[in-house]
Amino acid sequence: MTLHVDSPAAPPQPGPRRSAAARGPQRGGGWARFDLRATPYFLVSPYFLLFAIFGIFPLGYTLWVSLHDWELAGDKSFVGIENYIELITDEAFWNAVINTLGMFVMSTIPQLVLALVLANALNKRIRGRLFFRLGVLLPLITSVVAVAVVFTQLYGRDYGMINWFLGLFGTDAINWQNEKWSAWIAISTMIDWRWTGYNAIILLAAMQTIPKDLYEAASIDGATARRQFWQITIPMLRPTLIFIVFISTIGGLTLFTEPVMFDGNPTMSGGATGQYQTVAMFIVKEAFRDFDFGYASAAAWMLFALILVGTLINYSFTRRIGGSK
Amino acid sequence: MTAIQSRRPPAHSRRPSGQSAARNRIWDAGPLTKVVLAFALVLSAFPIYYMFIMATRTNEEAIDVPPPLLPGGHLGENISRLLSTEDAYFMTGLVNSAIVSVTVTLSVVLISTLAGFAFAKLRFRGGKILLGLILVTMMVPLQQMGVVPLYELMVTLGWTGQLKAVILPFLVNGFGVFMMTQYATQAVPDELVEAARVDGASTMRIYANVILPALRPGMAVLALLVFMQTWNEFMWPLIVLNPDNPVVQTSIAALNQAHGTDYVMLFTGTAASVLPLFIVFIAFGRQIVGGLMEGAVKA
Repeated sequence: MTLHVDSPAAPPQPGPRRSAAARGPQRGGGWARFDLRATPYFLVSPYFLLFAIFGIFPLGYTLWVSLHDWELAGDKSFVGIENYIELITDEAFWNAVINTLGMFVMSTIPQLVLALVLANALNKRIRGRLFFRLGVLLPLITSVVAVAVVFTQLYGRDYGMINWFLGLFGTDAINWQNEKWSAWIAISTMIDWRWTGYNAIILLAAMQTIPKDLYEAASIDGATARRQFWQITIPMLRPTLIFIVFISTIGGLTLFTEPVMFDGNPTMSGGATGQYQTVAMFIVKEAFRDFDFGYASAAAWMLFALILVGTLINYSFTRRIGGSK
Repeated sequence: MTAIQSRRPPAHSRRPSGQSAARNRIWDAGPLTKVVLAFALVLSAFPIYYMFIMATRTNEEAIDVPPPLLPGGHLGENISRLLSTEDAYFMTGLVNSAIVSVTVTLSVVLISTLAGFAFAKLRFRGGKILLGLILVTMMVPLQQMGVVPLYELMVTLGWTGQLKAVILPFLVNGFGVFMMTQYATQAVPDELVEAARVDGASTMRIYANVILPALRPGMAVLALLVFMQTWNEFMWPLIVLNPDNPVVQTSIAALNQAHGTDYVMLFTGTAASVLPLFIVFIAFGRQIVGGLMEGAVKA
């Protein structure tokens, strides 16, 4: 098969084949025209059909439910924005919001720094590159539940390896579940362990597209390695950093599996006083432990608002990174 | 920045000539790099290694100080205890997870290649808007937002407790459509589609004979990612499935709740739950790394 490789801007080539293609297949008559017009919609329809049922409908319906005092089998009475008003004054909800935001910040910032360091190291010439790349991706392959089980045991008060290790330096055994700060640290390390390598690989892919000539020229100009990193690497990585912060925001604000498994029992309370209850846990607790569907739906929309605001803040912040220095 | 760019040499200096080889030496791994990489590798591997070690030990050994770091000989015993723990339904969970993950993977790949073909290679009214809609909705945490109506929907349909309930919602995967659109744009030249049309091929025939063969590497990576993601699902199965018909993740949660102090049995279950993923990773690791890096957002 011979192919014309024209740039799209090039004028149409003379010749029967080319002009037939440009005008579309008219030889087949009505069926061919129908095929050309309608088949694209047929091809995208499975996705949009499913999306309507399992995407759009739940979103709209959640909004509707959130305006009601709604129980699964019982009463469904319209209450307007009452659920939202109650939510805004609910200390348990704000506690969950603070926990979610706290663990998000606590996990994302070290994760980004470590991923940058790791990507920089992976970008060097070394024997067995593929081996190292596969190695840092191992945690991503491990399922979240498994990560949480292993780390919860490592953080165990009596027999956990981390307390044993800290004990070597004379630290008393810490009950990691007991306090906000310690539970946040434990859960954040689970998140970071799983995601740092993945982020490093994504950053590495972007680093490899930076022309090495840039660095060579900068070296000749006498720029130090640190200066090169801040003035070449970071600005060139900006789209990737925005992407990572974006993904981390959505993942971090919907945090669920790690704290649930860390708790050990599925009451969704996140510790005795809710030290590590996240918003996602709050939603599931209100809906499926207390069966207050209206309230849970209002919380779900608040979570969505939180994600939108978080994304916007992070976007404007990340956009400024290594900006026009 | 501008000064640096204007000084940029016109050609790539990849030649191993004396001067450029010397300049390129800054890209060789120094001792610090090796330390960082070794440290990262140990940190990445250790929890996994520890999980498998614990699966071969007894509970008495598991709480030794310092903790055991070499395999023991109790794996078989732990496995048989795990399988005879009736309230965890571990085997059921494993089989259910396999069914759900394979079904979701096949469907998502099919749906995504169909839509990706249309968005990348066919011109139709509203196509750009529809693609934009998919991108926007990728940001919406449908799972957390939609739990209440999805649950009501499943109750209405009478599907709670059934595998259908955890398969259907996961067929909506905007990322898959996005990835296949990107891939088709790059992998299939427009001329190839046009030539097939001139030869009288219908759109579906072009999909089957031109698009699918060209998309195959991308489909493989998408399949692996979707399989992993589905295998990992926890929140929705926890809500909609019953304890006696779980997926593997909720089975482990049940094990953790009822037998949380039986560390070695819990770790045996956990190790068994990640083993399929590791096998896939070992077999296709190179492609997964390549696929992740190709699909990464770049400057």
